[in-house]
Amino acid sequence: MSVTIQIPTPLRRFTGDQGDVVVEGTTVGEAMQDLTRRHPALQRHLYTDDGALRSFVNLFLNDEDVRHLQKEATPVAAGDTLSIIPSIAGGAGSAL
Amino acid sequence: MFRLEITPSHLQAATEHAAASYPEECCGFLIGRFDAATEVTAVERILPVNNERQESRHNRYLISPETVLAANKEARALGLDIAGYYHSHPDHPARPSEFDRDHAWPGLSYVIVSVEGGRVADTRSWRLSDDRERFEEEEIFQKEAAS
Repeated sequence: MSVTIQIPTPLRRFTGDQGDVVVEGTTVGEAMQDLTRRHPALQRHLYTDDGALRSFVNLFLNDEDVRHLQKEATPVAAGDTLSIIPSIAGGAGSAL
Repeated sequence: MFRLEITPSHLQAATEHAAASYPEECCGFLIGRFDAATEVTAVERILPVNNERQESRHNRYLISPETVLAANKEARALGLDIAGYYHSHPDHPARPSEFDRDHAWPGLSYVIVSVEGGRVADTRSWRLSDDRERFEEEEIFQKEAAS
């Protein structure tokens, strides 16, 4: 079924300037997989090399953090909206 | 070369926030717009926020997604975007750490204020490369707001 994924402004350059991308899937994970299949350049900015969602990348399904639901196994329904929201983290450490 | 345009008063607001937060890290939003054609980020507002880390606040900062959502809403109401972030490095150079790189996206400006012994020592701005391999420094250009 079709769900809409809202792309944050800095990542729209990897989706051909699209702010909303309509994808197919029955779970949050499947919808995200379809997103990165359609726009592969997004992959490295959302997922680690091991395929895990980056720790600072949060997915909100209709305004609810999916970590409080069933994470990437959370079912999606037609017409749902999935938003990609970063938490901002960093700090001094081993300088590059 | 990428350039961050910011008024002296906005830059001062960020550096004063950094000094006042010493020896802990501070953080905040750069609200404005990025022009891809000229590679210029124009900062229109500074939005200081609390460091939401509960521990290791001397060398880590955190802004929750809920705070990002609220800042995004505020920016959109002004016809602007979140154009980047600033944070401080207490007693540490104004250069991104490996941890900073792991937690960044391209397309944004990351301003780092180095605070040495409570005094602002250096302020630099960085952008992550598209391949996530490195940060590239961008010029900070202080410019008075158009009247």
